[in-house]
Amino acid sequence: MLILTCPCCGVTAEETEFHPGGEAHVKRFGPGSNDDEFHSYLFEKVNPKGVHFERWRHANGCGKWFNAARCTVTLEVFGTYSAQTTEPPQDIKDKISAKRPGWSWREFA
Amino acid sequence: MSEAVSALNGATDEGFVRIAECGLTGMITLRGDLGAAKLKKAVKALCGVEPPARGHVAMADHTAVAWMSPDEFLLMVPYAQADELCAQLDQALAGEHALAVNVSDARAVFRLSGGDAVREVIAKLCPVDMTASAFGPGQFRRTRLAQIPAAIWMPEEGVMQIVCFRSVAQYAFDLLKNAATPGSEVGLFS
Repeated sequence: MLILTCPCCGVTAEETEFHPGGEAHVKRFGPGSNDDEFHSYLFEKVNPKGVHFERWRHANGCGKWFNAARCTVTLEVFGTYSAQTTEPPQDIKDKISAKRPGWSWREFA
Repeated sequence: MSEAVSALNGATDEGFVRIAECGLTGMITLRGDLGAAKLKKAVKALCGVEPPARGHVAMADHTAVAWMSPDEFLLMVPYAQADELCAQLDQALAGEHALAVNVSDARAVFRLSGGDAVREVIAKLCPVDMTASAFGPGQFRRTRLAQIPAAIWMPEEGVMQIVCFRSVAQYAFDLLKNAATPGSEVGLFS
């Protein structure tokens, strides 16, 4: 069971109180982009074994979106942080580096 | 105007705890910048209590203010005054980026009483640690009650209040009734 702490309301709860929202830090390609970019924005999601960044919504709680960094193998959660970011905060990256040296995810490492 | 009735019209049930639908309860949703001085002042003037901290509920005799989310309070007031108080809030918050809406008829409130066993009824239905050290009077928790969203708080030890959407009031009542069926005590918290 995945246990997440919502950074918006501070509640730590198991995953049934939350709703997953797919990959985090997806860069949007909208009007004006070419077909390849739009296709990649819509469909090309990563599905890593190990470190992953996801969006979650505290659906049965405060209702806010946030981002979570976790391991898809062990369900270990490295940390949760504000959804109003374009990349994982340094302290989250440091925590992951301490536990999974040499990790990388998309353009982040 | 037609006569207002609450979702289950004050239905009650006697299990190993007593379950009662609270009847008409005034509720105002207030959204805005909860840290703004103007908003805090308006809430205090209306409800007579200091606005609660994150995850808490502030209670007075006939009113309460619950922290719902980083930008939302739920004000509980006497039903008959809800419209008037809502208008007062609007006036007090003129010019602020805030919204006050009377949601009294969109919610249902339940009250469980019967000592420590009320913790057990909630523990059967919600993924929340109900031990006394983890949850007690003054705290406010929005969570999942079986398949529906709900919020719980304890006005005092041995009493639990639950608020959920009116449309699922019957479902919530049946859940609570079932969880409090005599003979189904687990005795975790007694």
